[in-house]
Amino acid sequence: MKPSKTWVIIVAVIVVLVGIRMSIGQGMARAYVERVDQSVDVKANATHVATTFKWTEWHPVQPKMYEAAQKADANQTRFAFSWANTIGLWLSAFFTLAIFSFLYRDNPGYRLAEAVIIGVSAAYWGVVGFWDTLVPKLFGALTPMLVHEKVLPSLPDPTMGQVVAMYFALALGIMLLMRLAPKGGWISLWPIAFIIGVTAGLKIVSHVESDLVAQTVATFQPLVNLKSADHVTQLWPTIWASLANILLVVGVLCCLTYFFFSVDHKGAVGRVARVGIMYLMITFGAAFGFTVMGRVALLAARVEFLFDDWLWLIDPAGKRIVEMATAVGSMLCWW
Amino acid sequence: MKRLVPMWIAIVAGFVMLLSAFFPITESLGETMGDVFNVVAAIAFILGAGSLAKVNLAKISQRDQGWGYAAITLICFAITLAVGLGKFGVPPSAQFPALGWSGEKDAEGSIFGWIYEYALVPITSTMFALLAFYVASAAFRAFRAKNLEAILLLSTAFIVLLGRTFAGVVLTGWLPDWASGLRLENLSVYIMQVFNTAGNRAIIIGIALGVTATSLRILLGVDRSWMGSGD
Repeated sequence: MKPSKTWVIIVAVIVVLVGIRMSIGQGMARAYVERVDQSVDVKANATHVATTFKWTEWHPVQPKMYEAAQKADANQTRFAFSWANTIGLWLSAFFTLAIFSFLYRDNPGYRLAEAVIIGVSAAYWGVVGFWDTLVPKLFGALTPMLVHEKVLPSLPDPTMGQVVAMYFALALGIMLLMRLAPKGGWISLWPIAFIIGVTAGLKIVSHVESDLVAQTVATFQPLVNLKSADHVTQLWPTIWASLANILLVVGVLCCLTYFFFSVDHKGAVGRVARVGIMYLMITFGAAFGFTVMGRVALLAARVEFLFDDWLWLIDPAGKRIVEMATAVGSMLCWW
Repeated sequence: MKRLVPMWIAIVAGFVMLLSAFFPITESLGETMGDVFNVVAAIAFILGAGSLAKVNLAKISQRDQGWGYAAITLICFAITLAVGLGKFGVPPSAQFPALGWSGEKDAEGSIFGWIYEYALVPITSTMFALLAFYVASAAFRAFRAKNLEAILLLSTAFIVLLGRTFAGVVLTGWLPDWASGLRLENLSVYIMQVFNTAGNRAIIIGIALGVTATSLRILLGVDRSWMGSGD
């Protein structure tokens, strides 16, 4: 069977199953929102007269809240069906299935989702950088009036030092963009040098402080760790706690010996390094176990999204199951 | 000139940051340098955007294989950027209701927030979830209990995995209290607190020493490999 035919069959089966699911009971994948009217009174000042600003916000709610409100009053306007969020829900389901389809093999659905995520994530981080860094820091220092009037009235006025620093940053930024120019790309090395230098200076301090010193200090543990209750030393808790500390200190020293490559790993050093390897293998095993657990948790979340938020199949109260069983039974009887 | 100036920029910027941690008088200078760094890093996103556009436009104009996907990438990029920068659909903040752009960029009801919730989050989390299958498959093919080290790695992974699940609790729940340390959930905690801490600590100390040495080489001008070949 050709791959294209396989995909047509797979997609057709999914469409048919989803179609059946949509026609059963209450259907599936609809999003509802709650209407929240906002109103803020603004007092008069030198530039504005006293005004009341009103706007409406729509907050997502569970379908059961909408159903309960509809049951109580069919003409209620507090809860409403949301086209935007429903389309979003279906789009999310499509993207989730498209990415999962890669488990079989590469296909146009997966490549489409991949293309979307490249474009969206590049723009997302660009927008985050613009609103979180460029507006308050760069524009807040270079065009403070504009930022105060349009975006952030509470932003403090910049000092002369900040203004000079931001002109310097702007100059470095423009130099960085020269990399895209056909000539003069070498000038972009200057801002890169600045980034490298600042990172190096920051990393020395942070790594020495929080990793080297803090981790070394944490390793200085008492090898006899007395555990007591009611001022009486307990034998077994003391033994276990002391053993844990001994194993910890020995483990760190052995692993560090393994990482010390200036001497040959022979004789006593070799034996200590071998114990270090054992510890590292246990560490890697634990890291592997943890990584798998994390990924499985994410997988469970995606499966929960598909079966609960999209297909509406997970139903702790058991009402939908009964409804679906009745609907399927009546369909079969009719057929 | 092309290599000397960048080297001195790196040295001066690095030492200012280094000194700001030790001398209070240079502390504010260090903070300002940090702000400049953040702004340059944010402008670097424009460089990234330009590069993305350049590569994809070339693909489209030359009708390379998969040019349609390049077009989708560019369209998604342009739409997300436009709605994000324009804060379309963002309600004003309650603090400054008179200012249309005062609301959060990804507030409830904004198009940018919608894209984040219904496109970015599902695709990225599903991609990471996909790794569960590949990690399991790679482990099945690569993990063989050939020697003591491999057995240690395998058994630790097995204990940690089982110890964090309900199955692990059920499997060894029958052990009496005096042997409760051997129950999988307790064994998993003991491994994490003692053996895993020891191994990770040594790795972290090694990394810290490596980063410090590399940073010092850059700050002293010994390591210039970051400048490239110089063409």
